[in-house]
Formats: sequence, C-alpha cells, structure tokens
Amino acid sequence: MQASAVRRLVTLREVGTAALLVGVVAAAMVKNPHFLDVKNLNSILLWIPLLVVVGMGQMMVILTRGIDVSVGSTMGVSGIVVGMLFRDHPNLNIYVGAAIGFAIGTVLGAINGGLISWAKIPPIIATLGTLSAYRGLAFIICKGEQIDSNNIPESLTNWALYGPLTIKGVTFNWLIIWALATALLTAYFLKTSRTGRAIYSIGSHPEAARLRGLPVNKVTFLVYSVCGGLAGLAGVLYASRYGFVNPGTAGSGFELTVIAAVVIGGTNVLGGSGTVVGVLLGSLLLGTINVALAVLGIDAAWQMLVYGLVILIALTIDSYLQRLLGKLAVSS
Amino acid sequence: MQSKYFLDVRYLLDSSTLYVETGLLAIGMTFIIVSGNIDLSVASMTALVACVTAKLMASGWSIPAGCAAGLVLGLVLGGFNGILVAKVKLPSFVVTLATMAVYRGIAQVLLGAKSAKLPASFVGLDMMHLPGHVPLPLVIFLVIAVILGVVLHRSLFGRWVVAIGTNESASYFAGLPTAAVKISVFALSGFLAAVAALMMNSRLGVARFDDARGLELDAITAVVLGGASIFGGKGTMLGTVLALFLVAVLRIGMGVADVKAEYQLAVIGTLLVVAVLAGNLSAKVNAKR
Repeated sequence: MQASAVRRLVTLREVGTAALLVGVVAAAMVKNPHFLDVKNLNSILLWIPLLVVVGMGQMMVILTRGIDVSVGSTMGVSGIVVGMLFRDHPNLNIYVGAAIGFAIGTVLGAINGGLISWAKIPPIIATLGTLSAYRGLAFIICKGEQIDSNNIPESLTNWALYGPLTIKGVTFNWLIIWALATALLTAYFLKTSRTGRAIYSIGSHPEAARLRGLPVNKVTFLVYSVCGGLAGLAGVLYASRYGFVNPGTAGSGFELTVIAAVVIGGTNVLGGSGTVVGVLLGSLLLGTINVALAVLGIDAAWQMLVYGLVILIALTIDSYLQRLLGKLAVSS
Repeated sequence: MQSKYFLDVRYLLDSSTLYVETGLLAIGMTFIIVSGNIDLSVASMTALVACVTAKLMASGWSIPAGCAAGLVLGLVLGGFNGILVAKVKLPSFVVTLATMAVYRGIAQVLLGAKSAKLPASFVGLDMMHLPGHVPLPLVIFLVIAVILGVVLHRSLFGRWVVAIGTNESASYFAGLPTAAVKISVFALSGFLAAVAALMMNSRLGVARFDDARGLELDAITAVVLGGASIFGGKGTMLGTVLALFLVAVLRIGMGVADVKAEYQLAVIGTLLVVAVLAGNLSAKVNAKR
C-alpha cells in the first residue's frame, strides 16, 4: 500500500512539472502566439542538452543527500583543457576530445568525492571550496587566455548545428543525442545495477544502508566522480554549442540552473527520491522558461531571480508532499 | 617582499576598512555555523540591502529613515531563511542557496546594470578615524564582535545556540525553543549583513547589484579557520576574529602582490577545504586519545 502511494506521489510530482511546463508555454503563447516557432524551438533544443548531461550527475549526488556546486567550474576546466588540445593539435579526433573532457571531470569529481566520503567534509563546504579552486585552476592552465572560435574544430561545433532528425526546420541536434544517451544510461544504471539501487538506499537512510553492509563511502565517492565526469563531458559540449571557451564565463553560475532543473523535476533534497524522467522534464521546463523570458522581452536581469524562485517553489512543494506521505504512512 | 608599504601600520589599518564588512558577515556566520547550519545568502542580503537603501535615499528618504529601513529589511530577509529552515524543516544549505539567487536576483531586477548614487553626506565613514589613526569602521566592528562574543559565550541564548548545534533533537526534547532560536540566528545574520551593506554604501558611495559578490566564501572560511566545527556545537568569536585578520592580511598581501581575483578566490577556496580537513583530523586525534 505504502509503496504504491509513494509511486503515485512520484507520478503526481512529474505530472505537476509537466503541467507547469504547459503553463509556461501557454503564458508565453498568450503574449506571443508565435512562441513555438522554428527559431524558438531550436533555441530550446540547444539549451537543454547541457542541463540534462550535468543534471543526471547532480541528481545522483542529490539522491545521496549531497550537493555539488562545483560542476560549473569543472565544466570550465574541462572546456579549457580540451579547447587547448584542439588548438595545439587540430587533427585530434573530437570523440577522443569528449573522452578526455569526461576523464578530466572524473578526476576533479573524484577529489570532491574523496573529501566528502573519506575526509568527511560536508558536501556543500567541500564543493564550495572546489568551486573557487577549480575556477582558479582554469585560469592558471590557460594563463587567462580565451580559446577562440577558430581554435574549435568545425566538426565539433557541427554537433550543435546538425542532427540525425530535422522536422520542418526543427533540428534534433547531436547534443540532444548526447543528452538522451546520458539519460538512458543513467536510468539503466539506477534501475538495474546493484550500485544504482545502493544510491537510493543511502539517500533514504544512510545509517541503515551502512548497517545493511552497503559500501556507503565507495558509492558516495563513485557518485561524485561520475557527476564530475558528466560535468567534464558537458564542458566539451559547451565548446561545441558556443564555439569558444572563456576561462571566466564557461559554466560559471551553471550549478544554480542545474540544481533548479533537478529539484523542480522532483528530486528530493532530503535524498532517496528522484527520477531520470523528472530531471528531463525539469530541464525542458528550465530551457523553455529561459527562452520564454527572452521572447517575452523580459530583461535578462530576471534570470537569477527566476532560477532561485524555481528552487524555492520546488522545495516547498516537496516538503508538503513529504508531510502528506508521512500522514499516509501513519493512517495505513 | 613585493612592496615596502605592506608592513606599514597606517596602510594595514586603512586596508582593514575593506574587511570589516566581511567581518560582520563572519560574526553572523559564527552563530549560524555553531547552531549547525550554514548561510550562503549573506553576501546577497548585503547587496540587496545596499541597493534598496541607496534607492530609498535617492528617492528622498532621510539618511536615518533609509538606514532603519535597511536594517529592518536585513532582519526580514534573514528571518525568511530562518522560517524556511526551522518551520518548513528544509536543509539550510539548499534554502540559502536558493535565497542567495533570489535576493541578488531582486537587487538585479531593481537596479539592472545601473548603479545608485548615495547622498554625499552619507559617504565617507571609512575615512573617519579615532586618535592614533584607528579607522572608525574597525572600531564599530570590534565593538559588535565583543558584544556578540559575550552573547555567544556568556548568555542563555548563546548556550541554546551551542546546545542546538550539538544535538538538535535532544535540545528540542529538553524543552528549548529550537525553532525560535534558529529563526533568531538567521535573522541576526541578516541584520549584520544589513549593517555591512550600510558601511559598504558609505565606503563606495554607490550601490550595485553585484556588490559583495562572493563574500560568503571569505566569511565561511574565516569562521571555519577560526576553529568552529562545521558540524555545529563548537566555535568561538575570538577564533573567528583572529582568523578573519589572517584572511584579510592574506587578501591584502595578494592585492599588493597584484594576484588576479580568480587566483585569490582559488586560494581562499583551497584554504576553506584545508581548514575543514585540519579540523576533522584534529577531532579524530582527540577522539583517539
């Protein structure tokens, strides 16, 4: 009875996010009937992939009751290093470049993971420290020099311009394919693997998970490493989407957008509950809001406020649902 | 030695006015961290109060009325954090991560890329000195630090803060007003952020939405470096003040040596992690003894 009630609530939460998405689109359509035209749909499709890729890692971290605010800086480091490799070795294969980006991110994420799981530093403090440290690292590596557009291979920027499917001018670009592949792998990993199930158990009740004999430290370490790896991959996708990498701006502040997408998608900050579908919906919602703000002529100054409000709304809804769930459990 | 002026007492004293604002945030953060929480929104509260008071004064409010409104706003912003943490029972790091964006976002919507000018008679607190070339802001900071140090270490309220940070549910079952104490601690943090905002306005003469950006990192680092446990229940005002001067001297030193802002940030971020690491390590060694 309780398990099905939980499942119903999760579904309800996803339906809620979808309803919010419809609401945003409807509001934008009232103001501008051509909101869903080819140009805007294409910009939404360009906006989502980075969110989804980083969001999958962030979701797994939040599932374990953690947080990673250093993802934006990790994107910066990986974007800069891979950008410099492309600058100095123009013939480097772009898939090798993506793999190197993932590897760099994994190392940075593993540092976070080590600090959190073995040195027992609270996630927010550890990643707040590395948020600054990694940003500085990006500057040190490139000596403050931006990677210009003529240094990014055309085959890489083509990922953002072309795709396997184009319907009436709306391009499902290759970045979308990267994002969907990441989402599918994450869903498969979380649903079927022993470690995936352990991630949920650790977030639901860390002490119980430890007593059951789950390797809590190892799994936590792995989760932050994977989160870093995905942020590193996103750094390369950033280079593809924007065509240049600046050590100061690449990924800067992106942690806020990602966390907003993940929590509005129904991932509970108290750990243990959250789904891939929810994060996909959350990313779609955030991407749509972002394009809608521009289309409705709302100043870019509103962006930060909107992201913050989205997080606050999600937190309040989840805390209410949590209490409802508690009452359900008591009454049954 | 990059500059012969670095060890000049007058230069160091004058530079201190740049760090008393961070210092005020660190005093509030000491209460927050000892209570077992964190407040990432302090710098955003400073920016919002700075922008609002500057706008009010520009639109004809008198200086005392503008300052009073700013201080009340600080209490409200901090209190809102406190209610979300204590009543809605959400973790403080997510609440204040969200309000960090919301508060600075409101400031940005309010002023955009423009800056608001403050009345000439309000500007220049940092240029005032007591005899012996002691800057007035430094004195204000030290007085507040002493008063709140007494509150933290010698008052019933202070004991409650430590008790809640040590074991919240035990404190609750012992009959302590845990929710009220937590809300007060966050409101205090907001109030001190507002005081910092007024001093910043007086020093800079203009307010911008990106004022005080990133100061939460310096404040948290100072508190942790000063020996407070990041898990709550342990920490002293004296430790915070001493560590704050260390952070300030480090920043001034890097400034004199012309170290880029991003590198400075990296140094402070690394210092934060190392400080917590050292704290955890010494706790482990003590536990083994």
